[in-house]
Amino acid sequence: MNSTESIEPTAQSHRIDAARIGALARDFGPLIALILLAILGWVLNPSFGSWTNITNVLTRSAITGIISVGATFVIVSGEIDLSVGAMVALIASLMIIIVNQVAESTGNLMLAVAAGLAAGLIIGLFTGLINGILVTKGKIDSFIVTLGTMGIFRSLVIFVANGGTLTLNSDVREAFRPIYYDAWLSVPIPVWVLALVAVSGAIVLAKTRFGRYCRAVGSNADVAFYSAIRVDRIRLVAFVVQGFCVALATILYVPRLGSASSGTAVGGELEAITAVVVGGTALRGGYGRVWGSIAGALILTLIGNILDLTSIISVYLNGAVQGLIILGAALLQRGSRKR
Amino acid sequence: MNLKIKSLVVSLSLGVSGLIGFKAVAQEQIKIGVSVPSADHGWTGGIDFFAQQTKKRLEAAYKNLQVVVVTATNASDQANTLEDLVAAQQIKALVILPYESAPLTEPVRQVKKKGVFVTVVDRALTDPNIQDLYVAGDNPGMGKIAAKYFADRLGGKGNIVVLRGLPTVIDNQRFDAFMDGIKGTQIKVLDSKYANWNRDDGFKVMQDFLTRFPHIDAVWAQDDDIALGVLDALRQAHREKEMFVVGGGGMKQIVKRGEDKDTLVPVDIIYSPSMIAVAIEVTALHFVAQLPVNGHYILDSPLVTPDNAAQYYFPNSPF
Repeated sequence: MNSTESIEPTAQSHRIDAARIGALARDFGPLIALILLAILGWVLNPSFGSWTNITNVLTRSAITGIISVGATFVIVSGEIDLSVGAMVALIASLMIIIVNQVAESTGNLMLAVAAGLAAGLIIGLFTGLINGILVTKGKIDSFIVTLGTMGIFRSLVIFVANGGTLTLNSDVREAFRPIYYDAWLSVPIPVWVLALVAVSGAIVLAKTRFGRYCRAVGSNADVAFYSAIRVDRIRLVAFVVQGFCVALATILYVPRLGSASSGTAVGGELEAITAVVVGGTALRGGYGRVWGSIAGALILTLIGNILDLTSIISVYLNGAVQGLIILGAALLQRGSRKR
Repeated sequence: MNLKIKSLVVSLSLGVSGLIGFKAVAQEQIKIGVSVPSADHGWTGGIDFFAQQTKKRLEAAYKNLQVVVVTATNASDQANTLEDLVAAQQIKALVILPYESAPLTEPVRQVKKKGVFVTVVDRALTDPNIQDLYVAGDNPGMGKIAAKYFADRLGGKGNIVVLRGLPTVIDNQRFDAFMDGIKGTQIKVLDSKYANWNRDDGFKVMQDFLTRFPHIDAVWAQDDDIALGVLDALRQAHREKEMFVVGGGGMKQIVKRGEDKDTLVPVDIIYSPSMIAVAIEVTALHFVAQLPVNGHYILDSPLVTPDNAAQYYFPNSPF
């Protein structure tokens, strides 16, 4: 996925206006799409604007949103990670097994939850590291690496779940539940986590050296290499960041329904990539922004929500409506595609 | 692995005995091939579980019987495994739960042409003349029985929501039969949406139904995975007292709740993966007892109530 194009020259003076409009669309495209969608939802059904619905939508977006922050780093660095959906399923399964084990053997529910959180983070970092090492040390294209690990992770889920569904024991489920369902200042905890991840991700990508290097590597890996950037190190860290984000998202996912199976988060990778690209990050790497990915994730959730809240469109056409809105959101920011 | 080694040993020993001339084997070895989808969700997980269990039971009961279970990840993969079963394993009978009806019709016909006894389970082939035996659950029956329960329980009137599976023939059969069943009552279906036979979508769709409809009397989720998602959405919105939920399939957690007289999930409607066990057992009977078993076996979709829940509860099944 490496781009060999050179870094875009600054716009010439007589094209400044066009460039400015393009830049505006590029900057605010996803936000405009989001606002238009929200207005549409509210017109179709006023209960769309209720606090319950708003928090439902935000909480639901947290999982895809957090994953898409990690995906932004991977994609900006010129790579792709197709394994994140299967990674959610694997982390969730192992977390459930570990939490149940600890709860049964010690009887201490809080300890079990803590063990689950720690295990989730460690497994997430580890799986991200595996992807990163295979890409950088193995010198295999990330598309193939993560296609392979996707199959491995998903299959391991079937194996540990014995082909069925893993479920948290009911007592420990109650101890775990607040992580998804509780609120602080009437805003649900997953929304706080999403906000925290989004803000720190945005700062890291835009303001830190690591973020700048990600962009440089994704823009032109050769130039980055000759600029004394440790290209492989940057890519490796991007995959580990992705693993960390997936782990955080899974920690929010597990208490929601307290179960995981091989069907968990099927297609999660495509959702995350769609959110990132709808949000204005270049799929070929080199340019990206975290808040756009969050807006993209919100757009994806909103589409489903609005379709559920109305019956004017045949349910058979749900997929077509989703496709149209995604294309529309992408069109709104085509200013970024000058080349 | 074990299986392969075993079959290798069997075929080797058969070969050796053939060479030396021990023709007089007391009983002919019979091999039954079982081709099922791999465990990609709870129900197919149950299918694999019951297939393995039946294999163990039959092989222990009949020394001359061997059951080979192979799983497939998609329709074309399944077609390939059929070729292997016939060419390498030389099966006498095939029990197949087709991934999809149309793409597997021809491959199964080829198997049949080799003189293999064919048993089709759950999803029918497009040409019913291929099969010797057909075993399936009753999908329209699920809808009909659910409709009758709703009509009785709601006294013929009320507002309900329906969560459907995936847009497939099976889902349409259930849904159409249900809508037919409530015709003439004053039960109003506020809306129906697809929840794709999984918990996450059941949760999301139900959350949105709860936002949209201030009063709901009952939920027909027609599937136990969807029902579990629905239950969590109800709990979050504190609206568990307002309505009851009916799923379907016979998942052990749901059957258990029925057994425990849970008022929120009062009943379940069986569509059990154990149908694969019935199919293998009946196929085996054809060989070990030489019974004419050809025909259609449609297993009922009984209503599980607290009174009869115990007989439908399989604590060891993954489903």
